[in-house]
Amino acid sequence: MTTQTDTSSDFIKNLGKMYGTYTGGFIAFIILLAILEQVGVPNKILGYLFVFFTLAVYAVIGVMTRTAQVSEYYVAGRRVPAFYNGMATGADWMSAASFVGMAGTLFLLGYDGLAWVLGWTGGFVLVSILIGPYLRKFGAYTVPDFMAFRFGGNFARGIAVVVLVCCSFTYVTAQIYGTGLIASRFLGMQFEIAVFAGLVGILLCAMLGGMRAVTWTQIAQYVVLIIAYLTPIVILSTKKYGIPIPELTYGTAIAEITAREGQMLATGLATAASLKPHIAPFINYSPLNFFGIIFCMMVGTASLPHILMRYFTTPSVREARQSVAWSLLFIFLLYFSAPAYAAFSKLEVYTNIIGANVTSLKPWLFTWGELGLIQICGKNAGSIDAIVAACKAIAGHPGVVRLQDFVINTDVIVLSTPEIAGLPYVISGLVAAGGLAAALSTADGLLLAIANALSHDVYYKMLDPNAPTIRRLTVARVLLFFVAVASAALAATKPGDILAMVGWAFSLAMAGNFPALIMGVWWKRTTAAGAIAGMLAGFGLCLFYLVCSRYFPGYGVKYFFMTSLTNPLTGAPIVDIAKAMALPNAMETWPTLAHPMANKVGWFGLNNINCGLLGMPLGFLVIYVVSLMGKEPSKEMQAYVDEIRKPRGRTVIEEKT
Amino acid sequence: MHLGVWFFFGFIIHFFVVPLNTITIPILGFPLGFYMAAQGSLIVFVVMLFMFAKQQDKIDREFGMAEDD
Repeated sequence: MTTQTDTSSDFIKNLGKMYGTYTGGFIAFIILLAILEQVGVPNKILGYLFVFFTLAVYAVIGVMTRTAQVSEYYVAGRRVPAFYNGMATGADWMSAASFVGMAGTLFLLGYDGLAWVLGWTGGFVLVSILIGPYLRKFGAYTVPDFMAFRFGGNFARGIAVVVLVCCSFTYVTAQIYGTGLIASRFLGMQFEIAVFAGLVGILLCAMLGGMRAVTWTQIAQYVVLIIAYLTPIVILSTKKYGIPIPELTYGTAIAEITAREGQMLATGLATAASLKPHIAPFINYSPLNFFGIIFCMMVGTASLPHILMRYFTTPSVREARQSVAWSLLFIFLLYFSAPAYAAFSKLEVYTNIIGANVTSLKPWLFTWGELGLIQICGKNAGSIDAIVAACKAIAGHPGVVRLQDFVINTDVIVLSTPEIAGLPYVISGLVAAGGLAAALSTADGLLLAIANALSHDVYYKMLDPNAPTIRRLTVARVLLFFVAVASAALAATKPGDILAMVGWAFSLAMAGNFPALIMGVWWKRTTAAGAIAGMLAGFGLCLFYLVCSRYFPGYGVKYFFMTSLTNPLTGAPIVDIAKAMALPNAMETWPTLAHPMANKVGWFGLNNINCGLLGMPLGFLVIYVVSLMGKEPSKEMQAYVDEIRKPRGRTVIEEKT
Repeated sequence: MHLGVWFFFGFIIHFFVVPLNTITIPILGFPLGFYMAAQGSLIVFVVMLFMFAKQQDKIDREFGMAEDD
């Protein structure tokens, strides 16, 4: 912290006071809305107030902290204290997948869903020990910067940019999908339009001003999202068990779920085929896929450019390390609550909906049913009449909702839990605002990573090294706009659920970046040719497996020996390939999720979320072999590698500002 | 060392979820295997990272590699 001016050190000193006041203000705002609800302000207005008020706050912070100085724009001037950087990373990290998708997945999968919780926390251990602090010492602005310096120039930089854009693009698509989902439910828009409305919100925050603006906005978003996530389960825990710490009480809820599962089986409300016991492992994922997900998410964490980039903003290597620990603590707060969320809402669904008469269902159900996210008796639960008609059509239906009649999309669990449990609407609005904060903060970080790579790496370093600052930043913003529109267009087609899309992004990052980063830092003998070949091979294989099994399943089966994934309980194939291949649409390309083989074929029964598991080892192997074949890197380069392992001294590369 | 702890709590312990699930934690009522995946391993990761940051800093200082304060 040597270069700062007096005003900015005042700014850092006052951070605690500023964000403290902000948090208090937010809580007061929630209480105000709760009072408004009691005096009879309609739900829709409350929803609008929540969404627009929080958006306005983010925009104000964005405008206040905007910047046109290069080092401020790319790395927030490298003086974000460890604690606050940890909080910003937490918001950057926790996306719509963590906030909206994860508890839903735990609800549906029970124990097997915990693979995501484990994978998304353990990865920070790798970041801290193997990568983060070393990249901080190196002193780059972007991850491709490091690749270019270490591996001899712009070809390596180009590949790193491709990897970065591919994985960030997949990831940002999931976020825009999430904002679309929330906007369509709480603002009552059509999904396709809501996706583009969400996009406007995201651009509003990210366009304004670089890493500096995004950092301070993300801290504000973290506060909103963590309050929004914890409030409903703290209330539920207090109501049910009298202790406001849901992480301690949901053990009892799990025991009750297990008891209720047995009861439902005994009374014919569930069949053995439709009931998946909550605590039993390996029912939904085979052990291979379970541990595959843990591993891919962990390694993916340590390879995602928008996360690594956050550790470039700390004042020192020491603070980079502390900052990783703070990040994980802030993330942990949400992640160890997610299973509680899942348990409470599962218990509510099992006791209040399953076994209820079809004519007595609550109206909140129909607002989700209209969007096609809740189905009862095989039809969208749009209204009472539709459900009654659908259930009558099933032979021998008893007139009460059975477990096999009830299908809920995993992405609506968190958003609908306050309604399932009959909490006031203000809590639903709060949860929606939190989900938006999570999606926006991650989308901001991702779009910034993409825009930085395109403007700094492609435009400035590769195309026009003499470009003036203003033009570089303008190019960044224009590109940002086109990338965002393209991913919104993709999101509107609903390519998968949020969690699967995010999983793909992690696997792509892992296969493309991890081997080159690790070998680049830890093995001096790694040559440029080796790293380039390794990145191409690992990333290529991973991308091929993903695209082929999702979008060209027929070709995968016919030409690339892919077979059906298997059911983890019985070991039987989940689709009859011979039958599916005989269908007229077998060779359809770019099919929707309804295609009988999309996402259901592969090699060795490996789910395509785990495609990094194929790509990463290949990447390491190719780097090792090709490096040994070539000439040893120059003495200077080896000295540089030694240099980044020592915290002391100047950064390895210095950027002119 | 730290990577060993990471590997044990990230993977090894979850191989044994089935036998661990037969043990129930008193008072809280969690099955142990489920608890380890839902909370136990996570707590270990957080504590470990704070310890790592502190220890590595101490090592750096000892060998004169630390940054100036």
